[in-house]
Amino acid sequence: MKHESVETNAGLLIILTLAVISVGGLVEIVPLFYIDDTIEEVDGVRPYTPLEQRGRDIFLREGCYACHSQMVRPFRDEMLRYGHYSLAAESQYDHPFQWGSKRTGPDLARVGGKYSNEWQVQHMIDPQSLVPESIMPGYPWLAETPLNYSDIDRRMIALKRVGVPYSLTEEEYEANVEKFGEEHARMFDIRNAEDSLVQQAQTENFDGNPGTITEMDALVAYLQVLGTMVDFSEYDDGHFAEFR
Amino acid sequence: MSTQDNREKDPNQVETTGHVWDGNLQEYNNPLPRWWLWGFYATIVFAVVYWLIYPAWPIGDSFTKGFNTITFEQNGEERTMHWNTRALLAKDMQTGTYAVRQREMLEQVAAQDYETILQDAESMSFVNAYAQGSFGTWCAACHQVGGAGVVGQYPNLRNDHWKWGGTVEQIEETLHQGRLGYMPGYRDTLDGDQLNQVAAYVLSLNDYSVDQDEADAGERIFTGTDGGCYQCHAMDAQGLASQGAPNLTNDLWGLVDVRGAESDSERQRLVANFVRNGAQREMPAFADRLSDAEIKMLTAYVHSLGGGQ
Repeated sequence: MKHESVETNAGLLIILTLAVISVGGLVEIVPLFYIDDTIEEVDGVRPYTPLEQRGRDIFLREGCYACHSQMVRPFRDEMLRYGHYSLAAESQYDHPFQWGSKRTGPDLARVGGKYSNEWQVQHMIDPQSLVPESIMPGYPWLAETPLNYSDIDRRMIALKRVGVPYSLTEEEYEANVEKFGEEHARMFDIRNAEDSLVQQAQTENFDGNPGTITEMDALVAYLQVLGTMVDFSEYDDGHFAEFR
Repeated sequence: MSTQDNREKDPNQVETTGHVWDGNLQEYNNPLPRWWLWGFYATIVFAVVYWLIYPAWPIGDSFTKGFNTITFEQNGEERTMHWNTRALLAKDMQTGTYAVRQREMLEQVAAQDYETILQDAESMSFVNAYAQGSFGTWCAACHQVGGAGVVGQYPNLRNDHWKWGGTVEQIEETLHQGRLGYMPGYRDTLDGDQLNQVAAYVLSLNDYSVDQDEADAGERIFTGTDGGCYQCHAMDAQGLASQGAPNLTNDLWGLVDVRGAESDSERQRLVANFVRNGAQREMPAFADRLSDAEIKMLTAYVHSLGGGQ
């Protein structure tokens, strides 16, 4: 093909340009889908419960990712501040993942359990009342807005389609019991997702207001589980280097 | 051949790409500048060398690991593997200059008892430097960067007012297992007058001017079965560290902004209101998140902030 015929044909030029610039992305991304060690073998990682999943939806809706990453990188300073570096396995049920690279606020990959529920609620309502130098906006309406969970089953079905092992049949449920234990497997059953959500919100009462299930309940439930699924004390130093 | 030379040449003698626009606009077809060309070849050589040293090309379900290796210790045994950032980190945590110095100091502090640490200038300067960072990460969200807390929310650690005790052992226990503080609300137990009376009594213990009759009635509620406040705060209102019940006689206030009140009546109203509603506060446990040495250093740091007992 002569150079002139490419230069004088805009359509062909666009197609060939796209082909050339996709090479970089394709060679870096595609192999990750079939390299065995991409997702580490590790115990404890499970899908989100219906309540946590709704909390995650709110996290995305409010655009928290614009300022908060969820990826502790393998550097000493990050380990000292945030804890163990993030594993790919830990976000295997995230669609989409929230790794990010923009840290206006701190990384949240291991924020679960770091603060009490009441701190999270107060901080969400008025961040400056607890962290005077913070520039985070307040989200007071979350504590007043009842959580809409009428479509939780459809949300879970959508996630199931992209690979999250929520169960719709008895067979899938049994497989989850095997993999995640009965208590969790019940939470992952789409057939009684609404009941599971209500039950978790009422038992754990994340927002300190037992009467209504609010968006704050869901968001705090999500924040409190972040980075807590893997018990890193079970693994040696450098164990996860094997997978790289 | 530089561009300067080209401009001086007769356009008819220079090789062109053959494109002609508007009848006379043509494009020179000069060779690339030599420095650029060699730079380009150098990047190719660099890439090939890089592929040989570092993990690079995917092959099937694996990838080329490269010849570069990293040796670190895993579970007591020396382990050598191909270069990757996780192995690099493991090595850095074990043998990096600052990691080693830090570990030596951590071990030194871990081996000392509190009395020695608090008196040893070298240990204490390390404790201050290290624990300030830890405090900023783990504690400052509630207790604030300087440890002064938030009135009405979280305790001040800089005064000698301790809900759960201010000795090093008690502070360490607080950090280790966390605390759940709870005072029930009295809205169903005491009526408005009684709440005001209890408030008057508590304020009178701190030398605020109150109605003496009210305070006397409040004392009967406090020390009697109507209120039963003494069960946690003790008969002399000096508190019980085992219950997380604060001393109410030292004019140091964590949850009620007594000192910020502008009048006697407002002060009484604030205290009465607090007794009506009660409070619940949780301090998380840090045993699973921090090593014993780190908890020890935070304990020494908090103790040295000014209020340690």
